[in-house]
Amino acid sequence: MASDTPSAAAHVFEQTEMLLNMGPQHPSTHGVLRVLLKLDGETVVDLDCDIGYLHRGVEKICEHDTYPMITPYFDRLDYVAAVNGDLVYVEAVERLMGVELPRRAEYLRVILAELQRIASHLLWLATHALDIGAATIFLYAFREREEILKIFENFTGARLTAHAFRIGGLQWDANPEFVRDVLAFLDILPGRIDEYETILSENRIWLARTVGIGVLTAADAIDTGLTGPVLRGSGVAYDVRRAAPYSVYPEFDFEIPTGDTGDTYDRYLVRMQELRQSVRIVRQAIEGLPEGSVMAARVPRVIKPPAGEVFHTNESPKGEIGVYLVSDGTNTPYRLRVRPPCFVNLQALKQLAVGHLVADVVALIGTIDIVLGEVDR
Amino acid sequence: MSERRSIGSVLSRLLLVDLFKGLAVTLRYNARALVEARDGADPTQAIYTAQYPKERPLVGERWRGAPKLNNDPRTGESLCIACNICALVCPVDVISVGQANREVRDGEKRKKKKVLTTFEFDTSRCMFCGLCQEQCPTLCLELTQEFELAVESRAGLVWDREMLEKGIHVVTYKK
Ligand code: SF4
Ligand code: SF4
Repeated sequence: MASDTPSAAAHVFEQTEMLLNMGPQHPSTHGVLRVLLKLDGETVVDLDCDIGYLHRGVEKICEHDTYPMITPYFDRLDYVAAVNGDLVYVEAVERLMGVELPRRAEYLRVILAELQRIASHLLWLATHALDIGAATIFLYAFREREEILKIFENFTGARLTAHAFRIGGLQWDANPEFVRDVLAFLDILPGRIDEYETILSENRIWLARTVGIGVLTAADAIDTGLTGPVLRGSGVAYDVRRAAPYSVYPEFDFEIPTGDTGDTYDRYLVRMQELRQSVRIVRQAIEGLPEGSVMAARVPRVIKPPAGEVFHTNESPKGEIGVYLVSDGTNTPYRLRVRPPCFVNLQALKQLAVGHLVADVVALIGTIDIVLGEVDR
Repeated sequence: MSERRSIGSVLSRLLLVDLFKGLAVTLRYNARALVEARDGADPTQAIYTAQYPKERPLVGERWRGAPKLNNDPRTGESLCIACNICALVCPVDVISVGQANREVRDGEKRKKKKVLTTFEFDTSRCMFCGLCQEQCPTLCLELTQEFELAVESRAGLVWDREMLEKGIHVVTYKK
């Protein structure tokens, strides 16, 4: 046969690396992300992310819009955690204007923001588990998320893009059933989290797919600038709610869960713990919900913050979201820049994936929990 | 990791305890689904599926859905005073208000008054943020609880004044 000749044999056993496109229309990339993989067999040798498919130029659009008009755009950055996006923006403007909020408004904001964190983590759990193959969890987590979306629907008028906050407070006060609905939800959620953990935490398939996959040391995570559960999974207890408290978070009692090995399983555990901590915060906030107005008195009709600049950060479900706002004293910002947690966290994908199998890339994209609306803006 | 290697854990690993624990959760739901009422949208029940479109979900009162221009129920005239505020506050410029100065009779006197002629609302670009209905001084423009906005052509997405005043036709299906 021809393969007897040495040159042909060398050709057959020649080692080649293969370039593989994952995405942009791949269901496990959670949006339109194109990952270019360089493979040696099934092992990832190199990886490059091609982003920008969802780029809308939000920061530029904001330069042309008045301050109240910008809030809906922040709904659409991280569209599965719209409330948290709104919160950081309105707080940045309020800081620039020096507005003091009524306490009821602050409490309602915290309740909505924490419910949104639960919703975002549930969506993360659902899709992450589905990517790895646990389809049951997907249905269960979406069922619970639906309850939160219903609460949002009744409170704000929209399920995803809530647009509940206005500069100086909230658009609406809570609807009459709000407290009842939230308490009912808080009663069922912890049991449901137990169910998820029963299904996943000891499941050998889940362990095989997550333990030891994508290990990130604390030093690496800090160097890359990661924040949120990805950083905490590596054992760094950094949470903006504690490190630079905003709103009324100092009044609540909660813990910051951290992992120790920094692998995909630890990040899963951290997020599951965060679900429980958010339940704790919402319960405290609902129980201590003060009466009063939800809009600060003396917010001018036309919002013109004094000239100056502000950088304000919040803890979004994905990490530290920041807004840098420069005002020149007119009714539109001079410059607005978003520090997107997903964009920064995505930069860790290469570190995480090199040396692992192609199938793990799916798990790794899931574990950093990106939303392309925010990565691309 | 190390405690997972003890004898008990080896035994439970052999007996697939971890998998059966998870299966028990799903089986419990399956069993409950057989006996419980099929009453969608109750989170405490096992079956949590609404049979849309046969069951129309009741969306929240504050729902921001299909736009509507309200008429004064007493006179039947449009409540809109053509002030153009809604068009100005809209972040994506989907509203255009047409206005004209008309002479109107006010008792004996004749006055010039700004009246609404046309009103265009481009639902294809609207992001249902609700800023327009919030700012409308006469509560004329309203985002209603209707949510079925699909049409068959692009042109159908641009709603004119007549359509905005009549509201959309909602198809209901029988159970
Ligand atoms: S809901 Fe928002 S986007 Fe739609 S027309 Fe009103 S202001 Fe414009
Ligand atoms: S804000 Fe209201 S009254 Fe003014 S033009 Fe718009 S719909 Fe008419």
